[in-house]
Amino acid sequence: MANLQNVRTLMGDQDPANRVKNFKEVALGYSTGAAMNEADRCLNCKNRPCVSGCPVGIPIPDFLRKVADGDINGAYEILSAANALPSISGRVCPQETQCEGMCVRGIKGESIAIGRIERFVADWAYLRGYNEKIKAVPSNGHKVAVIGSGPAGLTCAGELARMGYEVTVFEAFHVAGGVLSYGIPEFRLPKAVVKREVEKLEKMGVKIELNMVIGKVLTITELFEEQGFEAVFIGSGAGLPMFMKIPGESLIGVYSANEYLTRINLMKAYKDDSPTPVLHNKKVAVVGGGNVAMDAARCAKRLGAEVHIVYRRSEAELPARAEEVHHAKQEGIIFDLLTNPVSIEGDEKGQVQSLTCVKMELGEPDASGRRRPMAVPGSEFKVEVDAVIMSLGTQPNPMSYEGTPGLEKNRKGCVAADENGRTSCPAIFAGGDAATGAATVILAMGAGKSAAKSIDEYIRSKQ
Amino acid sequence: MKKYEIVKKKTLTPEISQISVYAPLVAAKAKAGQFIILRVDEEGERIPLTISSAEDGLVTVIFQKIGGTTMALDQLNEGDCLQDFVGPLGLPTEVEDLGRVAVLGGGLGCAIALPVARALYQAGNQVDLIGGFKTKDIVILEEEMSQACTDLHICTDDGTYGYHGFVTGKLEKLIESGVKFDRVFAIGPLMMMKFACKLTEKYNIPTTVSMNPIMIDGTGMCGCCRLTVDGEVKFACVDGPDFDGHKVDFDEVIARNATYLEQEIKARDNHLCRLGGGAMNG
Repeated sequence: MANLQNVRTLMGDQDPANRVKNFKEVALGYSTGAAMNEADRCLNCKNRPCVSGCPVGIPIPDFLRKVADGDINGAYEILSAANALPSISGRVCPQETQCEGMCVRGIKGESIAIGRIERFVADWAYLRGYNEKIKAVPSNGHKVAVIGSGPAGLTCAGELARMGYEVTVFEAFHVAGGVLSYGIPEFRLPKAVVKREVEKLEKMGVKIELNMVIGKVLTITELFEEQGFEAVFIGSGAGLPMFMKIPGESLIGVYSANEYLTRINLMKAYKDDSPTPVLHNKKVAVVGGGNVAMDAARCAKRLGAEVHIVYRRSEAELPARAEEVHHAKQEGIIFDLLTNPVSIEGDEKGQVQSLTCVKMELGEPDASGRRRPMAVPGSEFKVEVDAVIMSLGTQPNPMSYEGTPGLEKNRKGCVAADENGRTSCPAIFAGGDAATGAATVILAMGAGKSAAKSIDEYIRSKQ
Repeated sequence: MKKYEIVKKKTLTPEISQISVYAPLVAAKAKAGQFIILRVDEEGERIPLTISSAEDGLVTVIFQKIGGTTMALDQLNEGDCLQDFVGPLGLPTEVEDLGRVAVLGGGLGCAIALPVARALYQAGNQVDLIGGFKTKDIVILEEEMSQACTDLHICTDDGTYGYHGFVTGKLEKLIESGVKFDRVFAIGPLMMMKFACKLTEKYNIPTTVSMNPIMIDGTGMCGCCRLTVDGEVKFACVDGPDFDGHKVDFDEVIARNATYLEQEIKARDNHLCRLGGGAMNG
């Protein structure tokens, strides 16, 4: 008989008043007892709706059952066989719209906290030295190149290494992890967690080459012809940050969220002794409503600013994960909804002084199915700010694959790839944001996993 | 040789050093006008430096000790290794046979003007290379430059060597003496490029500038290096660093490059303090 407790087992959080002063992880994780209690709420439904909601297809009720029985080792074996990066997805997945959104327990009460249990199991295994036990699978003699070490690339590499492929991951930055390292802040995903997942892959035999900008130092064609790779996976991420094209966007104090987050997360500019600088502002407007906007806002708060999220639609349309919005509000981030910037004004030194916005109202649904925001005439108003962070999404950056003969792009300008990661070139595969435009970590991981399967099929078919 | 090893180091002036770094893949691809990004140590910041030359697996860059990072870089010697070294980044300078061209280098900019002049010279252009320095003592690369052009004109601000005045003054003299330039390349401090463009606009000579805004990744990911060219936002790291100088909003770049001035001064002072053995504790 399952635990019929209707609400989730609590997970500790750092107190909001304290955590806005540090970059340490906010969510503290489950104890073994809490995880077992929560896992025992699973009814083990016959049709397993949670699994259909998981982009990497984790057999969720099976690993929950093991946890409920106190067999954490058994749970880890099931989990890690399906998911190459469980301590990451357990922390950053939008579970409420995926596995947990499908959970039957959510109908009459709260869904099972699958993400928290996943995180617990992955952390448990790491703390018990599981990384040390990993052994590389003997090589099958086939070389595959992976471009980009973000969630798509790492997952693809892990899946292929497990099948015996000799995988080399090429990363442009000096640290592996892609958005997991430069984008998602320490307080949401500690970099030590990213590092240990990368080390796990290296133990599995994956080679990681840092400081390699594919398209510049080597082209995809050269990877095939000179470096002896039989297949290439493009997981180069989302690309170039977008701006609003409003006056004042080049003033000092206007950042793209990518730049702001990279300075803070990758370059550690939040530390006093970091050689990489970042402005410590008094009042910051973050434009946008996605996860990246929440991350930027919460970083600015930790650097001491009063922070406003400026979003043109209403709360219901905020694209960010529910927990991020919740945490942001707890931390005192102010939400200026139905508000859209029209210009940024600066002082005589070119530094941001104020942001002029207009009030919005929602009209008929647009192509995205969301109600179209329209400006309310005559509603302009000015707020004093000393920084504006633009978090509006990205557009494709074709640097890594530009000029590859026969490789087609889709309408958005991303690499055209089907749901199995196949492109117009038989030996080239793609997935994650490079193929879909900006999406989530777990969708990128799902794409990396599917592509690995396609790559395996492709290489086998050649023999 | 080890990865990113400093194989050769040369002190060009008390302020300017030249290092050749072992990075064979980068060296094999590097073209005039492109840059690299390096980090000195584990916690170091990423700084872009334009490639001065590349051969035999070595990439040579020249830097001025102006901030904490360049000072730390200068502490390394032959045999030491850099933490990171990535490139070649940016688009190469478009090198074609244009006819007669002037290449302007300002101070350290001569290190970048040199490969551009050399490439243009080898492509068949008649090249006037105009290199400007504050004073005679800090003239660098004179011999290398003289071999990379048809005519080398050294200028000094104080008249201690060569033409007395700025590179723009020398360029205008040449133009007024009847030389018809098909293109000008201006490479150096922002002020020098801005005034070079003002001058060539007057004479209607197409002008290419090499922009050097603040950067982080150098691959288009962060947008830190954006500048306005012909009213449009461009990223210097992927769309440049070369742009049509008559269309660049120089004042905006000049302002943006001062974003971290305060922090930079602090970092430099900290570094000097460390070099001095931490004597500033009283």
